[in-house]
Amino acid sequence: MKLLLVGTSYQRAPVELRELLAYDRELRRQALERLSADGTEAAVLSTCNRTEVYAVDADPEALEERVYGELSALSGLSHSELAPALYTVGDEAAALHLFRVAAGLDSMVPGEAQILGQVREAYHAAREARTTGPILHRLFRQALRVGKRVRTETAIGENPASVSAAAAELAERVFEGLAGRRILLLGAGKTADLTAANLISRGVGEIVVANRSRERADALARRFDGRGVGLDAVEEELEWADVVVASTSSQGVVLSAPQVGRAMKRRRGRPVFFIDIAVPRDLDPAINDLEGCYLYDIDDLERVVAESVAGRREEAVRAEAIVSEEADGFRAWQLSLDVVPAIASLRAQAESIRQAELERAEGRLASLSPSQRRAVEALTSQIVAKLLHQPTVRMKEAAAAADGVLYADAVRHLFGLGDDDQARDARQ
Amino acid sequence: MGEAALLLFWPALAGYAEAAVAYAGDTVRPGRLVGYAIWGVRLGWLAQTALLVAQAADADGFPWGTWAGSLNLFVWMCVGAYLIWGCRAPFRLLGLVVMPVAALLLILAWAAGGVGEPARSEFGDVFLAFHVGLILAGFAGFTLAAALAALYLVQERRLKRRAPGVLRLRFPSLETLDSLTVRAVAVALPALTLGIGIGLARLGSEGGGFDAIMGVTLLTWVVYAAFLVLRWEAGWRGRRAAYLALAGFLLVLLVRLVLTPFFHFEP
Repeated sequence: MKLLLVGTSYQRAPVELRELLAYDRELRRQALERLSADGTEAAVLSTCNRTEVYAVDADPEALEERVYGELSALSGLSHSELAPALYTVGDEAAALHLFRVAAGLDSMVPGEAQILGQVREAYHAAREARTTGPILHRLFRQALRVGKRVRTETAIGENPASVSAAAAELAERVFEGLAGRRILLLGAGKTADLTAANLISRGVGEIVVANRSRERADALARRFDGRGVGLDAVEEELEWADVVVASTSSQGVVLSAPQVGRAMKRRRGRPVFFIDIAVPRDLDPAINDLEGCYLYDIDDLERVVAESVAGRREEAVRAEAIVSEEADGFRAWQLSLDVVPAIASLRAQAESIRQAELERAEGRLASLSPSQRRAVEALTSQIVAKLLHQPTVRMKEAAAAADGVLYADAVRHLFGLGDDDQARDARQ
Repeated sequence: MGEAALLLFWPALAGYAEAAVAYAGDTVRPGRLVGYAIWGVRLGWLAQTALLVAQAADADGFPWGTWAGSLNLFVWMCVGAYLIWGCRAPFRLLGLVVMPVAALLLILAWAAGGVGEPARSEFGDVFLAFHVGLILAGFAGFTLAAALAALYLVQERRLKRRAPGVLRLRFPSLETLDSLTVRAVAVALPALTLGIGIGLARLGSEGGGFDAIMGVTLLTWVVYAAFLVLRWEAGWRGRRAAYLALAGFLLVLLVRLVLTPFFHFEP
């Protein structure tokens, strides 16, 4: 059985093509049903950055044609139009690719966390559609484990990869958690929206939106379940705010250092974290010189993000080593599949011989008590198990060294076993 | 037995020194060496505990009556306090300050003969156990508070200057460091107060002169009492509070490292 991956990602296809190749839940379910009609294992990973079909079948060439047909039907593009954007890899390379994807090593931002959830979702969808078999089951479970391992053993996912996440994380370096904190939004541009959303996701208590127009402030505040005020009330609001996010379209400074200084006196030294994502800047840079005030503008935040992404790239080297080690493990397991039917046949034959010999000796064993009978059963089972232990271990070792098929054939020949199909049926 | 105690000094020092180096290394590559640092602290502290037990078993009376002996006990208390909550994930970097200080003070105690055969003190055992024990416990708390305050100032400076890699090191938040400094002082000050009270009571009953050590110890008490009053009444926090905690610690160092060994050989 061969594992095959056919797919595309942001590295090969522009967004216009990725849109055509995106599966929603229903389309994916239908595709999985079609692909698995003749017993093929199949799973589809579809995100905004990639669409990948993982499938397992005995005939990889025919399987590739079928997957191409699926993607062609989905996108409405011909085989030749799709081909330049698609990559096709098999077995070890396919496993290595999925492990890299799950670890976030193939993502735009190395180590991003969302992809692991998307791999999990692809696996669950395939399981619900009953299109996973032993190979895809093992592949996806191991991929999920690799994703977790990489994030636990390296710092690849630790630092923020966006301006909004960097702002929230910096705020957490000032405050003991953001739960229950008060946020003051000055204006509300797109980045401020994202920053506010990031802060809300970390449990901030109340959001106050200040705007030149009170009506506009109220309208914006409703989006965050907060309260709107006019810009004239900012100094008063500063007394209670913990984080200030500024993003007005004003051409001048909206909040000066003396204004903040007056508020700080009333705050009895409680710190404030200022985030200025407006261009031109809304906040007087001298605010950062005041005790207890920490001011970061858009350039500062982008520098933090750039450093953080660079740090992630450094960690990616360690993550690659983990992924490679896991891919070797998967390869060894996959190779061991070559000898599993032969081992199963050998054990089945040994067991049937044991049973037959016990039946033949039934007359001589009839006088035994139940406990003596159990002892004979245990003794014969142990003899069989011990005799087969070493050949089993050796066959598995040979499989790991890619000699599994040779050994399996030799065992079948020496012990007069049936062919693999019979053994596989017996095992199942 | 004194030799056994001396033998235990080396693993204790090795543990503390290894922890100090590992914490320093952790600032270069965060997360890699911190495990080794914590094990260094644990093993070093266990070795020093065994050292103190060996000294106590061998002693005829209170075993840490000399300056060097009390320094040995003081290091054990500081590292013990750090072990109780300093080793937890958010505060591990405290070790960056605590462990080098602990290693240096332990070397000093060894050089001055405080880790071998214990010397007999001229003072009564019960008096010494309470007076010295409480004052040292108070000083250990102030040492921890100073480490927290130093860490606060480092982190505050990094945030203010938007230092490169500001998020790379896993410092506790400023607010956490600030509130823990206050808590450490709030726990240590009553211990120092009791220790001073016992000393003054003895001075009243048995007589004796008022010396520089007593004067600076009282001044230390005043600084830390002012620290708490200013915090609770005037809202002093952040940088100012950190500087005050460090100023108090300078007085602790003055008492422990200058006045006690050079002007007065009892703790």
